[in-house]
Amino acid sequence: MARRDGSLTAGNAALALIGLVAGGAAAGLFLAGLADPAGAIDAFDARLAGVIGFTALQALLSTTLSVGLAAPLALALNRHAEFPGRALLLRLFALPMALPAIVAALAVLALFGRAGLLAAIWPAMGGGEWPGVYGLPGILIAHVFFNLPLATRLLLAALSSAPANHYRLAAQLGMGEASVFRFVEWPVLRAALPGVAMLVLMLCLTSFTIVLLIGGGPAATTLEVEIYQALRFDFDPARAGALVLAQVALTGLVAAFAGAREYRAGNSAAMSRRPARRPPAAFAIADAGFIAAAALFVIAPLAAMAASGAHADFGRLAGEASVRRALATSLGLGALAGLIAVAAALALASARKTLADRAAPSAAVYGRAAMLILVVPGAALGAGWFLLVNRFADPGQFAIPVVVAVNAVMATPFAFNVLRPVHDSGRDRHDRLCAGLGIAGWNRYRLVDGPMLVRPLASAFAFAFALSLGDLGVIALFGSDAIQTLPWLTLTRMGDYRVDDAAGLALILGFVALAAMALSDRLARSENP
Amino acid sequence: MRSVLPIPFLAVVLAAPAGAAETLTIYTYDGFTAEWGPGPPIEKAFEAECGCDLVFSTAVDGVALLNRLKIEGERAKADIVLGLDTGLIADARETGLFTPHGVDDTMVKTPGGFADDMFIAFDYGHFAVVYDTQKLAAPPKSLKELVEGDPAEKIILEDPRTSTPGLGLVLWMKAVYGDKAGEAWARLKDRVLTVAPGWSEAYGLFTKGEAPMVLSYTTSPAYHVIAEKSERYKAAAFTEGHYLQVEVAGMTGKGAENPLARQFLTFMTGPGFQDVIPETNWMFPAGKTAKPLDPAFEALVKPEKTFLIAPEDVAANRKAWVDEWLAAMGR
Repeated sequence: MARRDGSLTAGNAALALIGLVAGGAAAGLFLAGLADPAGAIDAFDARLAGVIGFTALQALLSTTLSVGLAAPLALALNRHAEFPGRALLLRLFALPMALPAIVAALAVLALFGRAGLLAAIWPAMGGGEWPGVYGLPGILIAHVFFNLPLATRLLLAALSSAPANHYRLAAQLGMGEASVFRFVEWPVLRAALPGVAMLVLMLCLTSFTIVLLIGGGPAATTLEVEIYQALRFDFDPARAGALVLAQVALTGLVAAFAGAREYRAGNSAAMSRRPARRPPAAFAIADAGFIAAAALFVIAPLAAMAASGAHADFGRLAGEASVRRALATSLGLGALAGLIAVAAALALASARKTLADRAAPSAAVYGRAAMLILVVPGAALGAGWFLLVNRFADPGQFAIPVVVAVNAVMATPFAFNVLRPVHDSGRDRHDRLCAGLGIAGWNRYRLVDGPMLVRPLASAFAFAFALSLGDLGVIALFGSDAIQTLPWLTLTRMGDYRVDDAAGLALILGFVALAAMALSDRLARSENP
Repeated sequence: MRSVLPIPFLAVVLAAPAGAAETLTIYTYDGFTAEWGPGPPIEKAFEAECGCDLVFSTAVDGVALLNRLKIEGERAKADIVLGLDTGLIADARETGLFTPHGVDDTMVKTPGGFADDMFIAFDYGHFAVVYDTQKLAAPPKSLKELVEGDPAEKIILEDPRTSTPGLGLVLWMKAVYGDKAGEAWARLKDRVLTVAPGWSEAYGLFTKGEAPMVLSYTTSPAYHVIAEKSERYKAAAFTEGHYLQVEVAGMTGKGAENPLARQFLTFMTGPGFQDVIPETNWMFPAGKTAKPLDPAFEALVKPEKTFLIAPEDVAANRKAWVDEWLAAMGR
């Protein structure tokens, strides 16, 4: 029991970190809001109801599409564990989320925009002039571009945590694909789906740049836009705080409606090697087609991004002090925030599992509830902390810890979703055995859990790292002299007409994220043959 | 990259307490101090003149700059705040942090004239519709033609809730259409491809070729001519006139006690500062330059009439006017 309670302590520490980041920001906003509480009440009017409605609608549709396509895609990739380019494809799938929204949006428009590839071939196909995708369709496409690869990676990680001997048994029993799905894949998929769907939902709920840029006009307005306006343009902390609360409440509500409950994974076991699967020819062809289509959908915009980035003068960029500094800052920030995020995620997963095994309802707090931090905009966290710190010190000196902590906390839910499936199935398999053998504490981590978790830990770190290369919102008030990241520099160059520089920097950013993924794959393989 | 990781972190921590008496602290926006922005050469020129240390501290843009001042209040370290625009002046005055500068600014010239006891203009630009000559043979010649023109020829706008140019067009429409601005917006709506969150996003979309027109500045084509040797993008001259954006700097109460502050404001109106502005900030210099501007600037659209609504009126009506825009465009 001692170790289990230890896991609760660590989990509580992780919760405390998240609570501190969120609570400090909330305190800052509301203490400032006390001076003028009217704004908080004024925030809620008839127009806001429409905004909330649209926010929920686009988020639900985006999530349904993204996760609805990601599940079959992950299953197809799970059926075919070996094909040329599979590893590269999965690494490329990690790119969209590392890119600033504006870069990703321009990449998507290179395919679907009025000056995009489709616009060039549409008339030839007899379709007349391509109208572009501005409006809800464009928002959905861009959100699927962002979230389909993310959800696919997370679900595939869950599927690969299904016990190998189940696959072996299924093969020996001569089960068809339908039975394998039902008895082997569905249980783990079902356990992972709510968490992944919730994550995607939160990302879509808080979408800002994409909604405004591709939405076609203010009819497409999300709560995030209102928060941004209240915080940045009107500077009304009370109103911003009230809107953030509304956004958190909306997320909870939508999640409850969508039935995002905690599922228990079926009993899982061994992580040993799986037998190669030989799906029937019809499956193989359908899978190949599906994987190819999804790959094209994700890779084509990335290729467009790379093509426009190729015009950049990399020699000059590499020689610029600001570029080197931003690269170093992004790497440092990503590494630090990534490490903290992975540690926090592991602590949360461990505490959640301990409580879930005791059927304690509080288990959900360590899982879903900790994810709610994602719907608090980085700009609100940053501004809240700036307001709070300013009460007793010069905020500039706190910029770095705040930026690191906010990035770490925002990356934690992603790391949590990567770690949880493998962590839980390992615990199910080993808890009794270890108790019987009296292996506990550090020895257990070293001998049992550690080797098994190396791969997901490395992968979770790469995820968190890529995400933390630079959040733009946090530093809005702290100022760039405090911390200058690559995404920040990319936007600055765009704001200074230097579009080629911006495209080149985005490409560098993509390469950094890709390298992190490749490195984590290699690390995992060498540690865990 | 291996060994330099912690340096940017350390550098910031170490740099913070390094101030002595001979320091001038200026709050400004990011773009101003960017590697290619006006900040670096201006810092060099002023430091050579005063033998002091000029320290820039930034916020992401003019609006964030004002917010930072509101939050920091008396704690603000700024002697000078540089980079607010005319739309923000009323709010800035209300913070009570600024003090009359007492500097001779008679050689500072802006269209329509801008004189204030607390703020001095350092550059200006007119908002304009910039168009792609390869896609649009006959650009609109007036705001009216823009509003009533072919909806198939699209324009990209910025959102007045999140960006200065976006608010600029709302004010421009108000200045031209008055009470009928709502109707004009409703008419323009079909021509609007999309409303971007900020200038960077809108202009990025425009140069990708998504639409033949974008809301920008009369000075935008100068960048393309000088930096890219391209005549492709032009600003459309509107017969009604153009709305003006003036960027200003002001001295804080703290700065009034630092003799360097007034010295800098005087420096700001002269060639050491003004020469740098056109080709780094891509705006027109408000003060005296030592040499004539690049011919590309002479070739730009010169508005015959300038609109500028008084800062106090903007502050009082901004919410109502943006709501009017929302009602017309959100339908």
